[in-house]
Amino acid sequence: MHLDHDHTHDGPGAVSADALRPDGGRRALRIGLGGPVGSGKTATVAALCRALRDELSLAVVTNDIYTREDAEFLLREAVLPPERITAVETGACPHTAIRDDISANLEAVEDLEDAVGPLDLVLVESGGDNLTATFSKGLVDAQIFVIDVAGGDDIPRKGGPGVTTADLLVVNKTDLAPYVGSDLARMAADAKAQRAELPVVFQSLRSEPGVADVAAWVRAQLAAWAAGA
Amino acid sequence: MSRAALLVLADGRFPAGGHAHSGGAEAAVKAGRISGAASLADFCRGRLQTAGSVAAALAAAAALGIDPVALDRAADARTPSPALRVAARKLGRQLMRAARATWPSAELDALAREFPKGAHQPVVLGLAARAAGLGPVDAAYCAAYESVSGPATATVRLLSLDPFDATGVLARLAPETDRVVDRAVEAARRVVDEGVDALPAGSAPLLEIGAEIHAGWPVRLFAS
Ligand SMILES: Nc1nc2c(ncn2[C@@H]2O[C@H](COP(=O)(O)OP(=O)(O)OP(=O)(O)O)[C@@H](O)[C@H]2O)c(=O)[nH]1
Ligand SMILES: [Mg+2]
Repeated sequence: MHLDHDHTHDGPGAVSADALRPDGGRRALRIGLGGPVGSGKTATVAALCRALRDELSLAVVTNDIYTREDAEFLLREAVLPPERITAVETGACPHTAIRDDISANLEAVEDLEDAVGPLDLVLVESGGDNLTATFSKGLVDAQIFVIDVAGGDDIPRKGGPGVTTADLLVVNKTDLAPYVGSDLARMAADAKAQRAELPVVFQSLRSEPGVADVAAWVRAQLAAWAAGA
Repeated sequence: MSRAALLVLADGRFPAGGHAHSGGAEAAVKAGRISGAASLADFCRGRLQTAGSVAAALAAAAALGIDPVALDRAADARTPSPALRVAARKLGRQLMRAARATWPSAELDALAREFPKGAHQPVVLGLAARAAGLGPVDAAYCAAYESVSGPATATVRLLSLDPFDATGVLARLAPETDRVVDRAVEAARRVVDEGVDALPAGSAPLLEIGAEIHAGWPVRLFAS
């Protein structure tokens, strides 16, 4: 993350990736969650909110493709107070809103920071998309790609920008592996081959320890961000 | 002045949030008013001659240096639907961000301070054109073309319309777009002496009504 001093900071929302808010304070760390439809992005966001909300000031932006269901799910589950959850409409093209034209998402993040005061962390959930969808560096500081074991155990082998380059790869729903015939060892080996040293977490949100590994990774990102990395 | 800057500003990929809006096409498709290339052409012609001509005149006036606060008020007066006002300000705010990052300028900074939640998009567009070294004619062309290119692109997604047909619609509207721009720039120049009442006030009631209905839908592909 760089500080670009060429840009003017007077007035709201000058530039996307600046680490400082217009008022000079350090802005919240922004983490994107992407991945195929139904892989468990919203469930992971909900679990992260429950795990982190007592220690951090956090907020969520959802990008629903044609409904507000993800935001409504989070509201219904009461993982955060309603003023900390915002939905962005993406015009039939979820990857455009997180990569090619991030303006609506930046605005949502900015409005959340304005409305609920300084935040430590903003989670941005992408609408379910394909394996090529990644977040712009102008929108998020780090991204998590969530796939699941039921989508086929060959997805790590197929690779693609999400699987290969995301800062964290989450293989979700490991509890279902026996029922869908997915070979977790093979998924782990393929992921390792695609990602070299980049981390991979296998998790099931239906059993302990649930989201604990991902929450630990988020805490480490926050510590690095606070240290100005 | 660089004419190529016009291509940057007018590019449908200019990252200013337009991709999430259908310019009323989603409501019109649902109501059966757009069902293919011919009715898309009718819809676009109607939008160009009403909302498009107003937007083009506002953009040209802003590019001429007319007070953006007065222009924004004039835009409000010409936009009866609250949903459309919200959409116009949202798009204006997103364009402001993109334009300030692309062509840093004191005038855009001042506009952002005056309208932290966004001014009407055509007003911002005119000031963005100014910041890019472009003139009122260029600004009017951007606004007029956007008024039809947005619905055309959206209809390709909504109806799986043949993209060649949609692009053909836009091409055939080109001479009409020229004339709309000519009149818009003329009106904008009159604003210098006569004030914002010289701006056109064409309105399409079905666009306004459709926008209000659309805003109430629980499930939709586009934000407006
Ligand atoms: N068995 C099992 N089901 C899970 C797990 N995590 C999520 N699910 C379920 O999977 C379904 C989809 O989860 P979501 O969190 O909505 O998935 P998503 O990625 O947000 O989906 P979209 O936003 O529609 O792309 C829901 O029914 C969840 O309850 C898990 O670890 N195990
Ligand atoms: Mg979801």
